[in-house]
Amino acid sequence: MTSTTEKPAGALKERRQMNGNTVLLLITIILFFVLYAAGCAVYAGKGFATVQTFLNILRSKAGLLCVTCGMTCVMLTGGIDISVGSLVAMDCMLLSYGMANWGLSAPVMCLMVLGIGVLFGLFQGYCVGYLNIQPFIVTMAGMFFARGMTAVISTDQLSITADINQTFYNWANYRIYLPFGGTLNRKGVMIMPYFGIGVVISLVVLVVIFLMLRYTKFGRSLYAVGGSEQSAAMMGLNVKKTKLKAYLLSSFLCSIGGICYCMNTMSASVSQATGLEMDAIASSVIGGTLLTGGVGNVIGSFFGVLINGTISTIVQTNGKLASSWPNILTAALLCFFIVLQSIFALIRERKK
Amino acid sequence: MDKLKKLTKMKLFLPVFCMFLVLCVNMIYDASTGKPFYSFFQVGITNGLLSGRLVNILNRGSEVAILAIGMTLVVSASAGTDISVGSVMALCAAVCCRLLAGAAAPKATELAVPLIVGVLAAIGMGCICGAFNGGLVAYLGIQPMVATLILWTAARAIGLLVCDNLIVYVRNDTFGMIGGFVGFFPTPIIIAAVCILVVSIVLKKSAMGMYVQSVGINKSASRIAGLNSKRMIFICYLLCGVCAAIAGVVAASRITSADSNNIGLNLELDAILAVAIGGNSLGGGKFNLAGSIIGAYTIQAITTTMYNMGVSSAVAPVFKAVVVIIIVAIQAPPVKAFFRKRSAKRASLKSGKEAAAA
Repeated sequence: MTSTTEKPAGALKERRQMNGNTVLLLITIILFFVLYAAGCAVYAGKGFATVQTFLNILRSKAGLLCVTCGMTCVMLTGGIDISVGSLVAMDCMLLSYGMANWGLSAPVMCLMVLGIGVLFGLFQGYCVGYLNIQPFIVTMAGMFFARGMTAVISTDQLSITADINQTFYNWANYRIYLPFGGTLNRKGVMIMPYFGIGVVISLVVLVVIFLMLRYTKFGRSLYAVGGSEQSAAMMGLNVKKTKLKAYLLSSFLCSIGGICYCMNTMSASVSQATGLEMDAIASSVIGGTLLTGGVGNVIGSFFGVLINGTISTIVQTNGKLASSWPNILTAALLCFFIVLQSIFALIRERKK
Repeated sequence: MDKLKKLTKMKLFLPVFCMFLVLCVNMIYDASTGKPFYSFFQVGITNGLLSGRLVNILNRGSEVAILAIGMTLVVSASAGTDISVGSVMALCAAVCCRLLAGAAAPKATELAVPLIVGVLAAIGMGCICGAFNGGLVAYLGIQPMVATLILWTAARAIGLLVCDNLIVYVRNDTFGMIGGFVGFFPTPIIIAAVCILVVSIVLKKSAMGMYVQSVGINKSASRIAGLNSKRMIFICYLLCGVCAAIAGVVAASRITSADSNNIGLNLELDAILAVAIGGNSLGGGKFNLAGSIIGAYTIQAITTTMYNMGVSSAVAPVFKAVVVIIIVAIQAPPVKAFFRKRSAKRASLKSGKEAAAA
C-alpha cells in the first residue's frame, strides 16, 4: 500500500476514488511513527527510546484501548457514547469500595462491574434504538448519572492496597517479561521490559472486536446500519436491535476497560477518568472512523490510542509542560481530523 | 376533561407545572420540618441586603438563565445542543480575571486594566469560541455535539493554561459587584433580566426569531426561500458563545476569582435541561424563550431544594440526569405514537359502547 504513494498524481486520484478513507488511516499511521520518532530523537537521553517506554504506553492506555473498541462499534452505527468516562470512574469506585467495605473477593466484584455495564448499556441502547432519542442526549444523561452515582458510592479518594485485596493487588502487579530489549540500570543489572495483565486483556479485546467486525453477521450489520439505516432495514436487518446491541457492547467493553484502568491506577475518586470519553472519541476519529457512521475499523482506533499515549508520554517526559497540554493537543488533533473528514465528504459530494 | 386537555396543550404548561411541583415539594418539606409552610416565599433584608430563598434562586439561577437564551436559539436552529458552554464560561472567566489581575496574578486587589476592558475581552473570547463552533457546524456540516465536544475539553484546558494552572484571585469591590449587590439588590438578577429583555426585543421586533425557527424546521426549504441558512446557524452559535461569556464573568465575579476547574461545571446539563423543561423540542424548530427562562429558574429551584435537603453537589447530577431522560422519553416519537394509539383506542371503545347503548 505504501508503494502507491510514490506513483504520479493520477494514481493517487484513482485510489481516493476507490477509498478516500484509506488516506485518512495512512495519515494516522504516518503521524504515529513521526510523533514517536520525534519523541525518540528529542528525549533519547531521558529513556524515551526504550522498549519499556512503548510498553508503558500500552500499560497506561490499556483501559482506553478497550473503551475505544466499544466506542468504534457505536460510532460505526452513526451514534456516539459519551458516558464512557463516567462509567469507568463508577467501575473503579465500585471495585475499590466493594473490596474495601463489603469484603467481596476480586472475581465477584469484577463480575458485578461487568453486570452493571451490561445493564447500563441495555438501558442506553433501548433509549437510542427503540425510543429513537438522540444518542448524544441519552449518553450525556448517562454520563451525569454515572458520575453522580460514583459520588453516591463514596466521595472519598480510595486506593486499593495489598491489605484490602491481595488477589486484585497480585493481578495488577503481575509482570510478564519480554525475553529481549532489556536495558542496563545504574547498577549494571539487566532489566527486561515487562507488561501487565491489562495489556493482555486489551489486546485480546482488540483482536476479538477486529474479527467480530470483519467476519460475524453482527459486525457486518453494524456497518450496514451506519451506512444507511433505511437500506439496512430494507435488507431485512433489525436496525433497532443492532443499535441496542452496539450500545450494550460499548458499555460492556467500557466495564472491561474500567477494570484495566483500575489495575493501572489502583485508586478511585469522583473526578477520575474525566475526559476519557474525549480521548476515546478522538482515538476513534483519528483512526479513520467516520462520525457519520459506516466506515472505520479498530486497527485505526488502535493507532489512535497509540498517538494519544505518545502525546501524553512526550508531555510527561518533558516535565515542564502544563498538565492540560495533552487535552488541548488531543482536541486539536480531533478538530484537524474532523475537518479533514468533512472536506473529503464535500469533495465526494461535488464529484457526484 | 376537555378543559384539562386544553390546559396541558398550552405552550407554557410544562415549565409552569414543573415550577409549581417544585414549590409544592418545598412547602411540604418546610411544613414537615416544623417551619411555617410559607417560609420558602419569605423575602427580607438582612445586613442591608435582599435575602430569602426566592431571591437566592433568582440570583443563583442567573447564569443558567443567560445560558438558556443562547442554548434555546442553538437548539432551535440546528437541532443540536452546544455542550461546550460550561467550558467556554471557564475560559472566558480565566481571560477576564487574568487581564484584570495583570502582573499581580495570581492574587490581585487592584484592577490592572479598567473593568470594561476585562469584560469586553471575555465577551470577545466568547465570540471566538462561538464562531469556532458555529463555523464547524454551519459551514463544514459537522454534527453540532461533536463539533462542540472539541471545545468542551479544550476550552477548560486552555483556561487552565491562561491562568498557569492556578486560581487567579481578583479581590476588588468593583469587580465583585457584577456577581454581588448593587445597593441591596443582587446584580446578577439585573444582568440576566437585561440579557433576556434585549434578546426578546430583538427576536420580537426583527424577523430574526422567525428566521431561526424556519431554518430549524427545514434548512433547505429556508435556503430556497431566500434565507442564508448557514449564516443564521452561525449567528446562533455566536450568540450562544456571547451568552456563555457573560455567564462566565458573572460566575467569576461571584467568587472573585477564576477557578477553571470548577466554573460552569455541569452547567451545560442545566442549560439543556432548561430548554427541554421549557417545552422546546430538542429536535429543533419552533422555540419558546419564555419557557426556557422559566425552565432555567425551575432547574435552579430544584438544585436549591436538593441542597436544602442535604444532597451533596456531587450527587445532584443523578437526579437531573433522570429528569432529562424522562422529559426526552416523553417527547420521543415512538412513545408519543403509543399514547396516541391508546387514546384513539379508548375513544373508539367509548364510541362503540355508545353505539351499542343506542
